[in-house]
Amino acid sequence: MNNIRELLGRYSAPILFLLLQAASLSMLFRFNRYHESVFLSLYNEFAGAVNARYDGVTSYFSLRRQNEELVRQNTLLLNRLRSDFERPDTSQAAAPATLPEGDRRFRFLPAKVISNSVGSRKNYLMLHRGTDQGVAVNMAVVSPSGVVGTVVNASPNMCIVMSLLHQQSKVVAVLKKGSGYGEVTWDGRDPRFLSLSKVPKTVAVAKGDTVLTSRYSDKFPPDYIIGYVESVLEDQVTSTYNLRVRSSVDFTSLQYAFVVANLQAAEMEALRKSTQEVNE
Amino acid sequence: MNDIARQLLRAVAFLAVEALLLDRVPPVHRFLSPSIYLLYLLWLPFRLGRLPLLGIGFLYGLVLDMFTHTPGLHASACTLAAFLRPYLIQVLMPRLDEDSGRSEPSIGSMGAFPYATYLALMTLFHQVWLLFLEWLDLGDAGYFAIKVVTTSVLSLTLMAVTEAVFRNRGLEGRT
Repeated sequence: MNNIRELLGRYSAPILFLLLQAASLSMLFRFNRYHESVFLSLYNEFAGAVNARYDGVTSYFSLRRQNEELVRQNTLLLNRLRSDFERPDTSQAAAPATLPEGDRRFRFLPAKVISNSVGSRKNYLMLHRGTDQGVAVNMAVVSPSGVVGTVVNASPNMCIVMSLLHQQSKVVAVLKKGSGYGEVTWDGRDPRFLSLSKVPKTVAVAKGDTVLTSRYSDKFPPDYIIGYVESVLEDQVTSTYNLRVRSSVDFTSLQYAFVVANLQAAEMEALRKSTQEVNE
Repeated sequence: MNDIARQLLRAVAFLAVEALLLDRVPPVHRFLSPSIYLLYLLWLPFRLGRLPLLGIGFLYGLVLDMFTHTPGLHASACTLAAFLRPYLIQVLMPRLDEDSGRSEPSIGSMGAFPYATYLALMTLFHQVWLLFLEWLDLGDAGYFAIKVVTTSVLSLTLMAVTEAVFRNRGLEGRT
């Protein structure tokens, strides 16, 4: 106690000085608009910087939950696309909200990617969704950023997907400009680039053109993005282009994908079979 | 009592000149905004203790703030000046004997050179702090320095004039 009193006695002038300074400065920052704004903006900047750092750290903890939330939302939205529906009588227009569930052609089923490869010439993915959850062989697989591949094998809870990065992968594609059907394949070299062949030379192709899935495909949802034309390699011998296409999907960082079920596939297949039988 | 009355009168006079005259005159130039009110704190008697000195400085600045509508600005600068004053006097006038303890800082009590240094340094500290608080930004350091120096020089000139006019009897340190 004595020590404190002695300390206060010896430093009374500096202490009083600091107190009076604090009083003046608090008045200065409180009652003067300019000073108040400078003080507040400094304060906000500091607090904002701290908060941003804090958020940068804590956001990692909720990343998984956020991801799942996004996948759920994406599924919901993808299943509401007009192109998921195909009515028998296409002359009857219908607004998306009134489209009957019976007309649904495509259903998007979310799935987590549990293994993935890009290094080999025959690349496969494994998804955590199988026959018990509605997956069947030959269904299409897409990611939010573009086409991924085709289901080639399925167990009750898992399925194997042949990626676009596979030498036997073949997807019918169309240029967004309208015409020019072709085939997207992979040459087995660079996982960033695919090739689009059999596009007739009558079509004007330019760098940057968008490559989409075709409406004539049985399994892929129509007009889903595959990639962008990177360069045009003219094939002198044939009458078709050979295009180098930059894939819109980053195959090295896939986390979630959607298996696309074509609900009208069985009917289409049956019809095809019966036609063959009639013709033979 | 006589002493206190005289000090109060002097404070009122300085504040009146500063707030009603110098603060209202349109600035001659952006670099030239002289002030003289600090001289009151510099003229306070030696024997005043540190705590009363701080109190007086704070209140004196606060009263001026009331007139210039800048609450806290001059109060802070004057408190700083009141805090630094004893240290500076100690350095410039190490032998403060009983006799001079009753008088005020002046040419007579301190000597011409120490007194001039005392005035100049106090004005400089005061102006630096004042301008810094006013801008809250050193911004262009060159501009800041020029403004501090020109304002200080002008203020010191005014102080010298005041000194000559009101303290011509002042070798014995009385107004």
